[in-house]
Amino acid sequence: MTREWRPAADPDVIRARARLTARVRAFFDQRGVTEVTTPVLSRASIPDPNIPSMSAQTAQGRRYLQTSPEFPMKRLLAAGSGDIFQICPVFRDGESGQWHNPEFELLEWYRLGLDELALARECASLVECVVERPTQLQETEFLSYRDAFVRHAGIDPLDASTEEIAETAIEILGTGGPKDWTASEWLDLLGATRVWPALGRGRVTVVTDFPQDQAALARLRPGNPPTAARFELFLDGIELANGFHELTDAGEQRARFEADNRRRRARGLPEVPLDECLLEALAHGLPDCAGVALGLDRLYALALGASSIAEVMSFPSDRA
Amino acid sequence: MASYSTNEFKSGLKIMLDGDPYNIVENEFVKPGKGQAFNRVKVRNLKTGRVVDRTFKSGESVEAADVFEMDMEYLYTDGEFYYFMEPQSFEQYPANPEAMGDTAKWIKEQDSCRVTLYEGAPLAVEPPAMAELKVVETDPGVRGDTSSGGTKPAKLETGATVQVPLFLEEGEVIKVDPRKGEYISRVKK
Repeated sequence: MTREWRPAADPDVIRARARLTARVRAFFDQRGVTEVTTPVLSRASIPDPNIPSMSAQTAQGRRYLQTSPEFPMKRLLAAGSGDIFQICPVFRDGESGQWHNPEFELLEWYRLGLDELALARECASLVECVVERPTQLQETEFLSYRDAFVRHAGIDPLDASTEEIAETAIEILGTGGPKDWTASEWLDLLGATRVWPALGRGRVTVVTDFPQDQAALARLRPGNPPTAARFELFLDGIELANGFHELTDAGEQRARFEADNRRRRARGLPEVPLDECLLEALAHGLPDCAGVALGLDRLYALALGASSIAEVMSFPSDRA
Repeated sequence: MASYSTNEFKSGLKIMLDGDPYNIVENEFVKPGKGQAFNRVKVRNLKTGRVVDRTFKSGESVEAADVFEMDMEYLYTDGEFYYFMEPQSFEQYPANPEAMGDTAKWIKEQDSCRVTLYEGAPLAVEPPAMAELKVVETDPGVRGDTSSGGTKPAKLETGATVQVPLFLEEGEVIKVDPRKGEYISRVKK
């Protein structure tokens, strides 16, 4: 098969992209946030079974390509870096589609003393600074995970039974999966196809208060039921960013990693070596902070009116 | 048995679902930020032509369908089967009326057709994109009327009926698009 040598993005788009990146750097410069660089290759990776890492065989042994720069950036924070940001390539094996590419550019930043809601507001400001629209975006909307599902899928994701969620999904989508899917898999399907695409219309939407089992690396907030101090930010139905009020408890972090590796074993996936340096850094002491990762290719696609991220990438995976 | 991972899904891929061969028409990858990824596909049942939606968890595997498409020459019909020849091997394949569908009304001996083989037997036969066929039955032509846009039915030598301009006469040869069942132009002798 012959490969296309030309870039996917027009030269104009490549230049526009560079201007937007300069605007992102200026945004952080104005706020006194330091730009940092951390390694792309690492001995350890994230064990979350839904985040597929790639790895490379090197002279020093197996090295994982980062799925996000979160772990080394937290080591910098624990060592006293203060507020930091990074723009870097990240890798997710097998993710390919209109809004996915196995290699993409991530903007990640951490702010000391902020919780996830304050950071979500800053994230919305950044989005509004990069995406210019002929009609100004309305004021940012905050919506809990539960309310987002109630409003856009007509179902309470925390109260409904697995059967009710499955029936709702099949009724709305006209298709589904086998009976052995779990409630969280049905909710992921409903979210990805119905709830999230309805958000961020004419304004930025921030989804908050994720269920406890979707906490990832966020701390939990007591309540009935407890919720995760995590947010996702949407514009034009596209998920742009995911942020946490960061978990600082090393013991809790290790327990979550080990639970993830047990889920991997149950699914027949290879286990992933835990990042002991991260766990040591947390034990040493991570300052109270919130962090967020934002997909720059998606942000630039929305800013430049493109209908896929391939249109704003020089060489998406089919040309790489 | 060969199988495909959802990572290999793309339009045109032939897969087995519930015991029938299907062609992937559209493949969409969706993934929530931190959750399970899915492939939502539109698939066409190659036996019935029906298009349905299916959803897979990304990373699942699906059995590959033993389906190939080949250009073959139409030889003849014995009244029950239609015989096609693969021009490289000269191997002959009988297609039954279900596989032929409407195609039988559009083709003449020696026409080249795209034949879909499932487990070695013709499953579907697509007529050529263009054919030249003789009009064998139509109302007398209306002289001088070459542009007014009216049409009338005309029966062709292969059995199909198409709408043609009013000026056409029996015995004339016309170009048609068998896939759409439409008249294209008159062939000047």
